[in-house]
Amino acid sequence: MIRVVLPAHLRTLAHIDGEVKLDVTGAVTQRAVLDALEAAFPTLRGTIRDHVTQQRRAFVRFFACQEDLSHESPDAPLPEAVVKGMEPFLVVAAIAGG
Amino acid sequence: MSSVRVLVGTHKGAFVLTSDGKRERWDVSGPHFAGWEIYHMKGSPADPNRLYASQCSGWSGQVIQRSNDGGKTWEPVGNQFAYEGEAGTHQWYDGTPHPWAFKRVWHLEPSLTDPDTVYAGIEDAALFRSADAGQTWQELPGLRGHGSGPRWQPGAGGLCLHTILLDPSDPNRMFIAISAAGAFRTDDGGKTWRPINRGLHSQYIPDPMAEVGHCVHRMAMHRSRPGVLFMQKHWDVMRSDNAGDSWQEISGNLPTDFGFVVDVHAHEPETIYVVPIKSDGEHYPPEGKLRVYRSRKGGNEWEALSDGLPQSNCYVNVLRDAMAIDSLDSCGVYFGTTGGQVYASPDAGDHWMPIVRDLPAVLSVEVQTLQ
Repeated sequence: MIRVVLPAHLRTLAHIDGEVKLDVTGAVTQRAVLDALEAAFPTLRGTIRDHVTQQRRAFVRFFACQEDLSHESPDAPLPEAVVKGMEPFLVVAAIAGG
Repeated sequence: MSSVRVLVGTHKGAFVLTSDGKRERWDVSGPHFAGWEIYHMKGSPADPNRLYASQCSGWSGQVIQRSNDGGKTWEPVGNQFAYEGEAGTHQWYDGTPHPWAFKRVWHLEPSLTDPDTVYAGIEDAALFRSADAGQTWQELPGLRGHGSGPRWQPGAGGLCLHTILLDPSDPNRMFIAISAAGAFRTDDGGKTWRPINRGLHSQYIPDPMAEVGHCVHRMAMHRSRPGVLFMQKHWDVMRSDNAGDSWQEISGNLPTDFGFVVDVHAHEPETIYVVPIKSDGEHYPPEGKLRVYRSRKGGNEWEALSDGLPQSNCYVNVLRDAMAIDSLDSCGVYFGTTGGQVYASPDAGDHWMPIVRDLPAVLSVEVQTLQ
């Protein structure tokens, strides 16, 4: 199972308590995890990445295993610890005022 | 017993204020959607329990919320606003071409007759419609496509479509306004549009009387007289008696004719309201005195309404969607400020009281009159 941690405002929006656990088939990449997340919680479509371009929204970051993966290719494999469920994939709202 | 429900959108959530017909004591619920910007909320005239809300944030973009029970519960609906065909370009602030890109929904206007049909005015400026209660949205592309779209330029707040007026006597006629493109009208249900800016005079564009480029802040009409329009422009308060074919200035004796809101009394089509703001560089009331101005003659002759409003050291703004009028026999007038106050007058503006004083900055105010 892939573990995903969302920022508080998106957990509230999608009525999620705590971590999300997802089954991801095939290669475990950012794209595959976000596809599975949006399939499970359609309300999140458009809030993490753009509907049309599928690009990460500017003030959203992706962290895992103490690394910033935001600028990695969405099709790059995620770290083994995320694939094995030992570490979560973190969707983070950037400190950007507001 | 009649009652009213005031829908307040703020910089950090939504609030619902309710009172009986006396409008003396108020219940306040909220914040709903805490932490999110609520640009606008509005109820369906055909079903007052059906509400729509535009919820957005710099982090997570746009969400549209729908309520079927008058705001007790909400559910997110469709949030995809895809321009029809090739999006093209409009002008950027420096005059260069800039790609059209969706940013947020400024205004939601439910149909007068069908609770499941609702229009959305968005930034970058375009008009969308949903016929399935907000699940899916389709652009009415004739507006951007009528020819002048590539010449539209954003105002300081962005290239936003902020006003949508539906003609109650003609379902094919709508009026919209865009900052800073101007006003437009359709007579065929949104297929084709034409600019209706003749008579506007704007010194901040190269040709002050250009067909488009005017920074319209707000328009209003009385439902019994949909051919008469009132407009608060960046500077100048304007009036049209021919559905926007031509405009004349009615600023008259206002202390300043800059401002954002304009609205019309529920039962007196010639009684109109504005809140003068000192200037485009100083977004607060002149002399630090918060005053609503009322004309009972359709403009030109204005009286200051200040009883109950702060008359010293007041430096708030009243944004374009932040005034509303109820339709009780004694007409109620409401407005919200960037200082977080929502003021109500149960007697058409003669006396005012704050319903709440310390909300986040108010972005929009709407009111529903309930039986």
